[in-house]
Amino acid sequence: MFESFDATMLARMQFAFTVSFHIIFPAFSIGLASYLAVLEALWLWKKDDVYLELFNFWKTIFAVTFGMGVVSGIVMSYQFGTNWSVFADKAGPIIGPLMGYEVLTAFFLEAGFLGVMLFGLNRVGPKLHFFATAMVAIGTLISATWILSANSWMQTPTGFAMNEAGQFMPVDWWAIVFNPSFPFRLVHMVLAAYLTTAFVVGACGAWHLLRKTAPRRARTMFSMAMWMAAIVAPIQIFAGDQHGLNTLEHQPAKVMGMEGHFESHPDGAPLVLFGIPNTAEKRIDYAIEVPKLGSLILKHDLDAPLAGLDTIPDELHPPVAVIFWSFRVMVGIGLAMLGIGLWSLWCRYRGTLDSDPWLHRAAVLMGPAGFVAVLAGWVTTEVGRQPYTVYGHLMTANSVAPIEAPAVSASLLAFIIVYFFVFGAGTFYILRLMARLPRDTMPELDEGPIRAAGVAHGPASAKSHGEHHEL
Amino acid sequence: MNFDLPLIWAAIIAFAVLAYVVLDGFDLGVGILFPLFPEKHDRDVMMNSVAPVWDGNETWLVLGGGGLMAVFPLAYATILPALYAPIIAMLIGLIFRGVAFEYRWRTKRAEFLWNWAFAGGSMLAAFAQGIALGALVQGIPVENRAYAGSWWDWLTPFSIVTGIAIVVGYALLGATWLVMKTRGDLADRARAIALKCCFATIGAMGVVSLWTPFLEPVYLQRWFGWPTAIFSIIVPLLVLGCLYLLIKGIRERYDAQPFVAALGLFVLGYIGIGISFYPYMVPPSLTIWEAAAPEESLAFLLAGALVLVPIILAYTGYAYWVFRGKVDPEEGYH
Repeated sequence: MFESFDATMLARMQFAFTVSFHIIFPAFSIGLASYLAVLEALWLWKKDDVYLELFNFWKTIFAVTFGMGVVSGIVMSYQFGTNWSVFADKAGPIIGPLMGYEVLTAFFLEAGFLGVMLFGLNRVGPKLHFFATAMVAIGTLISATWILSANSWMQTPTGFAMNEAGQFMPVDWWAIVFNPSFPFRLVHMVLAAYLTTAFVVGACGAWHLLRKTAPRRARTMFSMAMWMAAIVAPIQIFAGDQHGLNTLEHQPAKVMGMEGHFESHPDGAPLVLFGIPNTAEKRIDYAIEVPKLGSLILKHDLDAPLAGLDTIPDELHPPVAVIFWSFRVMVGIGLAMLGIGLWSLWCRYRGTLDSDPWLHRAAVLMGPAGFVAVLAGWVTTEVGRQPYTVYGHLMTANSVAPIEAPAVSASLLAFIIVYFFVFGAGTFYILRLMARLPRDTMPELDEGPIRAAGVAHGPASAKSHGEHHEL
Repeated sequence: MNFDLPLIWAAIIAFAVLAYVVLDGFDLGVGILFPLFPEKHDRDVMMNSVAPVWDGNETWLVLGGGGLMAVFPLAYATILPALYAPIIAMLIGLIFRGVAFEYRWRTKRAEFLWNWAFAGGSMLAAFAQGIALGALVQGIPVENRAYAGSWWDWLTPFSIVTGIAIVVGYALLGATWLVMKTRGDLADRARAIALKCCFATIGAMGVVSLWTPFLEPVYLQRWFGWPTAIFSIIVPLLVLGCLYLLIKGIRERYDAQPFVAALGLFVLGYIGIGISFYPYMVPPSLTIWEAAAPEESLAFLLAGALVLVPIILAYTGYAYWVFRGKVDPEEGYH
């Protein structure tokens, strides 16, 4: 099935496939780790067991998510060598240390304290246990920081020189780490992770409110999630706008593709709401446009001229159709999230937050939306960087390893089969965990959190708790 | 003062890989031994003995790989394409076994599936690592900053032997770990298995050690020439010492001694490989200095590593300390 693809295309497909799967898990675990830390802090502070019960409930789901994130992340860290070895050789002196710092400051911290967080409450006591939870949460944020720094450097490279072997030589590490797009990208991604988690938690809470299981716990998590949506969604839209302006400054071709501007607009660009990009003819078919709004958003001036892709050589165009659509999917979901957040505020004001079934249904429907938005966002930024790996300096075609197409297609096929099987099973288990909110007054040690629980029940207790293991 | 940064980094990477081998070695070993313990209760205890620490153990592999890209990008960019198939196989093995830690507790009907994922994934990962080691030892040709061999070069009788040697060696680490962490019948059976694995490991180490010097003239010179021959005399003697402690520890039913002695065997085997390798990063093509990243990269990451690695070791030690002692099946790690 892959005869028509060369090794570069196959390597790109493999990277896109594995990184798309991978990003799902960190997006969820960054938000969930912070949520767990907040829940445990509230428990320690207010001494209300509902927070501990929620902590134990989400801890189990976190453990499954984190496990999937670890294994899919290891694949990523080796793929630079197997499929993109020329990139690794050339950009390694800069990307490598950034990722090295991620391992040293974040991975070990998360992995080291994860065991204590999942298994250690009885062994270390609540305070040290909270410390472990906080370390895991901080670890996920530090990890995001380094990865976003490395990725941003590939988008807006600064602080380097080239040597005679064609390698990027670090000159100014400060400029490399804090490259121009890094702060925008980091904020946008972390907020996206928080929103994604909020909508998953909110969907779970709403589901149980609709089913009237465990009302207290469902109420608490739904209310917390809706606060998050109402507060963070508008912030995210602002952050996204700022990120877009930064991209316009440093990667104009990407924005032209996202906005569908094949042509330059000397006196005010429209905003293309919808349409079908026609790359061959270099125009948007069936476009629905709002005149001047594009210039207003991007330049904050109705009549500001906006350059189009016609100012850039064809071979340097990003794949317009892909990023035109992925960008719209992301923005659309962001606006829908804002809508839910405002709706929840209105219901809260009227006192119907716990009882409005339509809000709950909408929240359930929006549960997976964050993942779609995160994926769409990454597609926009990564595909928009094409045809470069290091923007403006290293072409994707010149980054690929000297590998043969059959080797890449075989491994791609293997990854596709393994990922769908393994992560499909994981998603199934997570959904089942979410569907099964424990009884409202569950004594914590009676049943125990499941991962931790599974752990070492002897034959006797395994019998008495059997029904809890078969989820 | 002038520091030889590439050499310092070679030592740090070597340490990270060694830490990975001994730490993930025993938890992979527990997976390799899974088929020998058919009862669910035994398997629960075995898995619980490593569940709180395996994440941290595996992180050393990420440091080994990620660190290699940071400080020896050329080695990273030539070794990984050369070992394409075994690396992909290792990754797939690690995926299956890593998720098994979570999934196995979530289902009764499919538990057998995740038992196999854990055992099979552990074996595949270990075997692939052994093959990769063998392929690296027998040499990787490099031309114009790229791998210059063909796609099946890694598959030789020698690499298959090193693959088997690693599986057997990890099984030994796993068995002695279980001796240390479990009680009763399970520990007794682990003891019997450890004894068998111990002879198999020594046999495999012997074959690999005697074979290695004849792969490359450099290795032969290193092992039988003066003054490095001192090491080639001392290392086998130390191996015999470890073997003695290992067997004595198993026979006299000590808890920790067999595990520590097995770790000793691994460290010695590793030093042996290091003696063959030096000064190469990618034998026989790239030396440590040829493969190194620019000084600026080495210095930037070293500054952090010098502070962070001791901290990592401290809290990793703390995590092990929290879960010290025998796994108590009745208590569980709630």
